[in-house]
Amino acid sequence: MPLRMKINGEARELELDTRTTLLDALREHLQLTGTKKGCDHGQCGACTVIVNGERINSCLSLAVQHEGDEITTIEGLGTPGDLHPMQAAFVKHDGYQCGYCTPGQICSAVSVLKEIRNGVPSHVTDDLAGDIGLSNIELRERMSGNICRCGAYSNIAEAMTEVAEA
Amino acid sequence: MRSFTYERARTPAEAASAVATMRGAKFLAGGTNLLDLMKLEIEAPSHLVDVQDLDFGEIADTDDGGIRIGAMVSNTMLSAHPRVRRDYAVLTRAIQAGASGQLRNKATTAGNLLQRTRCSYFYDTNMPCNKRRPGDGCSAIGGSSRQLGVIGISDSCIATYPGDMAVAMRVLDAVVETVTPDGSTRSIPIADFHRLWGDTPQEETVLERGELITAVTLPRPRGGKHFYHKVRDRRSYAFALVSVAAVIQDDQTGQVAFGGVAPKPWRVPEAEELLPQGAAAVVSRAFAEARPTDQNKFKIPLAERTLAGIIADARS
Ligand SMILES: Cc1cc2nc3c(=O)[nH]c(=O)nc-3n(C[C@H](O)[C@H](O)[C@H](O)COP(=O)(O)OP(=O)(O)OC[C@H]3O[C@@H](n4cnc5c(N)ncnc54)[C@H](O)[C@@H]3O)c2cc1C
Ligand code: SF4
Repeated sequence: MPLRMKINGEARELELDTRTTLLDALREHLQLTGTKKGCDHGQCGACTVIVNGERINSCLSLAVQHEGDEITTIEGLGTPGDLHPMQAAFVKHDGYQCGYCTPGQICSAVSVLKEIRNGVPSHVTDDLAGDIGLSNIELRERMSGNICRCGAYSNIAEAMTEVAEA
Repeated sequence: MRSFTYERARTPAEAASAVATMRGAKFLAGGTNLLDLMKLEIEAPSHLVDVQDLDFGEIADTDDGGIRIGAMVSNTMLSAHPRVRRDYAVLTRAIQAGASGQLRNKATTAGNLLQRTRCSYFYDTNMPCNKRRPGDGCSAIGGSSRQLGVIGISDSCIATYPGDMAVAMRVLDAVVETVTPDGSTRSIPIADFHRLWGDTPQEETVLERGELITAVTLPRPRGGKHFYHKVRDRRSYAFALVSVAAVIQDDQTGQVAFGGVAPKPWRVPEAEELLPQGAAAVVSRAFAEARPTDQNKFKIPLAERTLAGIIADARS
């Protein structure tokens, strides 16, 4: 099927089998290999990308569901010479070891701060009527869909706190 | 994954009739459950009717003081909606207790209601499973059943309905609105929506072939304090061993439903009437006909303790 998407600000056209996931379209057809394939079942979060401003698991989405959508991958957030503040904070706080989950972690982390700004509550938000804080436990709960086998969680939360308070 | 053709429906009628008339056709909403199962070839639709462009993305007030939730409203949007947070907090709490941020952004109201069981043998295509292949037998009976059902189950299947959102909708007396392939509409109380497995565990809801969910309505709010307590193996991002949704009034009366224990959100009106007497009375009535295994009998005292915690919180 023919498909048009805007990826990292650039209009792209593809011809894909209907079975192609958004993840495989990015990695195998557009050579945007920053987005990683971990479990391929929505459990690990390594494939997290931002679609029309919201983070999703690109492995559990067919590319054809995204006709006309705007997709931001880790490549679109920042570049080696011009890091996104969240990327810079991950480097500063050692928010990774092997780095495999990092693109997904960063796409998620950027989105989490936006979700908090937009007033989306979480499982650990005490008062549904009040403002949502940026406590460590809030950040950790919201990042639970991104697994890190190296266990860099506490440093990731510190990186996020720094960006949130900047 | 088996190959399939794909279309985007433009009207509800078109969607319903496409699924009703094409053999092997299914609706596709967020895809977070269906695609997962297609990758394992547990689901193998030959045609997908994507319903994302249908006009079901809004939450609106109804004339009787309730709300109408479009079938395509995302779990995130529903849980964050100001009226839901204020008047139906048990629903916000239940949704936020499930899945992950990424999944909730993609998951829809209709898709969440229709998510399939998480029985590990259902997912393991090397093992017999009556739900996957009717008549093959049930590997969970006599197998590993710690996560599985204790009540409402059958000799064919002991799996649970795994979702959280529907448990809250059950205490709120939600109604599922549908359109059928012949163009007529139906309003199905959530109590009647999910079926007990009986001899046909492959049939999970009362929906007919091609029947499309258009919305879920909630009646006017009933006040009270709202709770959703979910007990699981991890503190986040895991399915329930037991969950309890409850709305409790100042006089200790209220509504209560249990998740993770049965083929549907488990609510027993005669048990609920015992709320002023405390958790033990409610749970012993609600689970009077339970048939747990040795591995999952812990769920009944766990349900009691979880409800006791809620009742204590409601009094404080
Ligand atoms: C790793 C992981 C963890 C999870 N954890 C939890 C959890 O803790 N708690 C929880 O509750 N859930 C959990 N989920 C499940 C998640 O909530 C569901 O996958 C999601 O809600 C399904 O919604 P969807 O829109 O993506 O459905 P889809 O996958 O698109 O559809 C599901 C089913 O609904 C049908 N359908 C969709 N829309 C309609 C309609 N309008 N009318 C009729 N039929 C329709 C489809 O044909 C399909 O059969 C988890 C999922 C994953 C992958
Ligand atoms: S409990 Fe149900 S879903 Fe699990 S193996 Fe038995 S028949 Fe299949």
